[in-house]
Amino acid sequence: MKYSYYPGCSLERNAIAYHRSAMAVAAPLGIELAEIQDWNCCGATEYFSVDLLPAYSLVARNLALAAQQANGDQVVAPCSACFLNLSKTDRYMADSPELARKINTALAAGGLHYDPGTVRVRHLLDVIVNDIGYDAVAAKVTKPLHGLQVAPYYGCLIVRPGYQGVFDDPEYPTSLDKLMRTLGAKVVDFPLKTHCCGGHMTQISQPTAYELIRRLLKNAADYDADVIVTLCPMCQLNLDAFQGEVNKYFKTDYHIPVLYFTQLMGLAFGISAKELGIGKEFVDARPALSKIGVEAPEPEAPRRRRRGKKELPMPSMPEEE
Amino acid sequence: MAGSATPARVATFLEEVIAATPGDPHLELCLQCGTCGGSCPSGPDMDHTPRQLFAMIAAGLKDEVLRSNTPWYCVSCYYCVARCPQEVHITDVMYTLKQMAIREGLYRESSAAEVPEFSETFIDLVENYGRSFELGLATRYTLRHHPLNVVKMAPMGLELLRKGRMDLTPKRIKGLDQLQAILAKARELGGAA
Ligand code: SF4
Ligand code: SF4
Repeated sequence: MKYSYYPGCSLERNAIAYHRSAMAVAAPLGIELAEIQDWNCCGATEYFSVDLLPAYSLVARNLALAAQQANGDQVVAPCSACFLNLSKTDRYMADSPELARKINTALAAGGLHYDPGTVRVRHLLDVIVNDIGYDAVAAKVTKPLHGLQVAPYYGCLIVRPGYQGVFDDPEYPTSLDKLMRTLGAKVVDFPLKTHCCGGHMTQISQPTAYELIRRLLKNAADYDADVIVTLCPMCQLNLDAFQGEVNKYFKTDYHIPVLYFTQLMGLAFGISAKELGIGKEFVDARPALSKIGVEAPEPEAPRRRRRGKKELPMPSMPEEE
Repeated sequence: MAGSATPARVATFLEEVIAATPGDPHLELCLQCGTCGGSCPSGPDMDHTPRQLFAMIAAGLKDEVLRSNTPWYCVSCYYCVARCPQEVHITDVMYTLKQMAIREGLYRESSAAEVPEFSETFIDLVENYGRSFELGLATRYTLRHHPLNVVKMAPMGLELLRKGRMDLTPKRIKGLDQLQAILAKARELGGAA
C-alpha cells in the first residue's frame, strides 16, 4: 500500500530511531512511504499559542503539498502532534468556510491551494493495525518477544479528539496492546496509558512536567514493565531523556527504557537492533532486551566535529550564522 | 444579552472570545459541570480551572481572565475536549485567550509570563528555516531566559549530540520564500475565525 509520509521535525533528528525503525518495518509489511516534498514544520503547539491564522496556514502548506503528489490522498504521520495538527486543520477548514477562505488566500501568496477533505491524515499505528492488520504482522514475526513485559503508552493526541474520526477508544485504547501481543510480548496493566507526558511543560514548569513523568514511570514500574513502548517522539523524549532528572528531583531510581513500537516490531521481525536505532535511548535498553536474547549495540560513539574544551556542547544559534 | 437597545452595542467578552475562535467553539453552552478541570493534568498549577475561567468569561471579567496563568499552563492534551458533554472546544479557547493576552500585554502579569517568549523563539526558527530545531530551541530559550539552567541541562544536550539526536544547525527548506509569503499574507489577514 502506498502513502505519503510526513515525518515532522522530530523524526529528522531527535526521534531518528523512530524514523529508521518505521522504515525498517514498513518495507516487509508492504507499506510504501513517499516523503512529502519540502514539507515544513507543523507548528507544534507553540505557533498556535501566538498567532492562529499563520499557524493554520503553515499546516495547510503541508496539506497542499501532499495533495499535489502521487498517493497524497493519504498521509502517514508518525508523530502524534503532527498527526493532530494536520487532521485538525483539514477538519476546521471543512467546518468553517471562512477559515478555509482565509487560509487559501494566504496559501495563494505562495501559489498553493488546498480543498478540505482532499487529504486523510493517518497515524502510523492506525495504518499498521487497520490497513495491514494483526494477521499480516503476525506472519512476519520470526523472533517473538516472549518474556518481555511491555507497558503500552498511547499519550494524548493519537485518539483525542479525533478530528478525522477515531480508530480506537479515546479513554482506553487497546490497539497497541493487541499489536504488542501479536509480537509475542506480555502486555502489563498500564492504567495511565493515555495520560499526558507533560508535552512542552518541561520547558515551562519543570515541577509540573516532572510530576506527570514520575506518575507514568511509577505506573509502569508498579506493574513490572521491562519497557515502555511509545508512538510519539515527545512522549519518548520526556520519559526517556528526562528520566534521570526526574529521579534526581524525586529521589527515585527508575530505569525503564522507552522504545518506539516500531522498534519492538522490528526486533520481532528479526531486524538488527542497530538498524532499528536501538542504542539512541538515554535509559539503556540492553538489560531489558537481553531477556529476549537481543544483543543491542553499545551506546553510540561521539560523531564528527571536535569542539573546543571550553565550548558548551550546544547547537549554534541561528543568529550567529 | 444585556438587553441594550443602543445600535452601537459593544460585543460582550464572551462574544469576543467566540468570534476570535475558529469554527464554532460552543463556549456559550458550557454547563459549568467541571469535567474539564477534573481531567486536566495541569489543574493543580492553574490559577483557575478551565470551568472557572469560562464562568469568568461569561461574567465579562476580561482583565482577570487575560491575567490568569491558566491558558499558558494548558499543554493541549485534549483530555477536556474529549470529555466535555457540551463539546466546548476548550483547547481552542485556550489558544484564543493566549493570543488576546499577548495582544493586550496582560500575560506579563501572570505567573507564566515567560511562556510566550518560548513560543516566539520557536516561531522565529520556523519562519527562518521552515523546520523546527527543537533542541536548539530549548537551548536558545534557556540561554536567553534561564542562563543558569544551561549548566544543568548541558549533560542532556551533550548526550543527545553524542547519540546523534540533536542537530547543530537547523535544516532549511527549499521553499522558504514561498512559506514566508504565505505566513506574511496570513498575518496581514489577521484573526483566524
Ligand atoms: S467540561 Fe465542558 S461543559 Fe463542563 S465545565 Fe468544562 S467546558 Fe463547561
Ligand atoms: S487541553 Fe489544556 S485545558 Fe484541556 S485538559 Fe489538556 S491541559 Fe487541561
